[in-house]
Amino acid sequence: MSVNEQFQPTIVAFCCNWCSYAGADLSGTNRLQYPANVKIIRIPCSCRLNPMFILRAFQKGADGVILCGCHPGDCHYTTGNYYARRRMTLLFSMLDFMGIERGRTRVEWVSAAEGAKFAATMNEFVDTITKLGPNRRLEDLRCRKE
Amino acid sequence: MQKRIKEKALELLNTGVVDRVLGWKIGEFFYDLTPAVFETAEEVEENFVYSGFSGANLSKYLIAQSRAGGKVAVFLKPCDSYSFQQLLKEHRILRENVYVVGISCDGMLDIEKIRAAGCDGVIAVKENVDSLEVETLYDKKTLNRNDCLLERCLVCKSKKVVVFDEMIGENGEEQETARFEMVAKLEAMSPEDRFEFWRGELSRCIRCNACRNVCPACSCEKCVFDNDKSGLRNKAAADDFEENLFHLIRAFHVAGRCTDCGECSRVCPQNIPLHLLNRKYIKDINELYGEYQAGADMETKSPLTNFTFEDCEPSIIHERGGV
Repeated sequence: MSVNEQFQPTIVAFCCNWCSYAGADLSGTNRLQYPANVKIIRIPCSCRLNPMFILRAFQKGADGVILCGCHPGDCHYTTGNYYARRRMTLLFSMLDFMGIERGRTRVEWVSAAEGAKFAATMNEFVDTITKLGPNRRLEDLRCRKE
Repeated sequence: MQKRIKEKALELLNTGVVDRVLGWKIGEFFYDLTPAVFETAEEVEENFVYSGFSGANLSKYLIAQSRAGGKVAVFLKPCDSYSFQQLLKEHRILRENVYVVGISCDGMLDIEKIRAAGCDGVIAVKENVDSLEVETLYDKKTLNRNDCLLERCLVCKSKKVVVFDEMIGENGEEQETARFEMVAKLEAMSPEDRFEFWRGELSRCIRCNACRNVCPACSCEKCVFDNDKSGLRNKAAADDFEENLFHLIRAFHVAGRCTDCGECSRVCPQNIPLHLLNRKYIKDINELYGEYQAGADMETKSPLTNFTFEDCEPSIIHERGGV
């Protein structure tokens, strides 16, 4: 067994209160399984996600961060996710520019009716991060346990 | 130039058009010109200096100065005028209290480059059109002026003063330069190399906050880096994560508002090429959301406070070419 197979990543999922959070709920009530590595943080809108939150998550030991929000056009506040989309695009591009692995951050649009998509997305994302291995390029050494 | 600017400052003060003049005076050394407010003609006569070392962008000081009562005159170089207009657009400067004198600019000098050219102990620099006569403690040297310009001046985006009440010298035009060359070069590197590059640069950061303090775009009254409860307040970075975080957040906060005036890199005591982070954002914005120059006009919406239904998805970053 290789090291990577033993490695259990920590994933932080920022979920919009109005869609993805309910989507996660739906995948639960449907008995769809997704890994326990995913820690969900509820936010009022995908637009609420300050870039600092993502960096903080990495600082505190996350290996991957995913943002789930309403599909463009379906925002509870009409336009929030359009702004989030631009911001995240630029932020991810910058993280890439600084040499942070591209796969560690992601944005996925998941509606309240897409419980299956939520579970599938999380399974796939945990898989990707497990393959990437622990986050070493954007971590706070003081937070490391060993 | 110095003579004409000084005369203009005196004229504006003596005729009572303005109550104060914002300009430059000598700091610790002659090449260390600091922004200063002059209230009387005597002060101007005595201390006002304009030279190739007047790189400091004065527009940020107008946020406070335009609210300090009375009218203030300011001298803006072309790149400074973009910052000024951007601040006007954000309603940070009270335009009616400011008298803007635009000055044409041939590029500002970088003392580090003069030193690197083998001039230790510089005591005087005489500027000619193409050359510099540098007097040091030991001897005299003549340098090519273009070799000693600040990085931002080598790739000057515009010689045009975008907003002014009066011009000294000829107003120029916007120009095409290779200012994204270094960013493109970094983009072409492997992520490992990019990571190494930025570790090498950012690990020199001493968190003096000069880049934040000098930046015209970075002028919030409350700053996350001043917040005691944020865990990020002004302090030396404890490890490489904090260095990365500070610069990532600093650059992100000015994304879409940064006019690329290059002050951050000029003031950095550790010579970190911070403008590359800002330019990366500008380059991305230009490529993904259409050409945008902050401060170029008063109408266009900043790309980050705007959107279209057809914007690309963030996954474009993962899918695009390169390594």
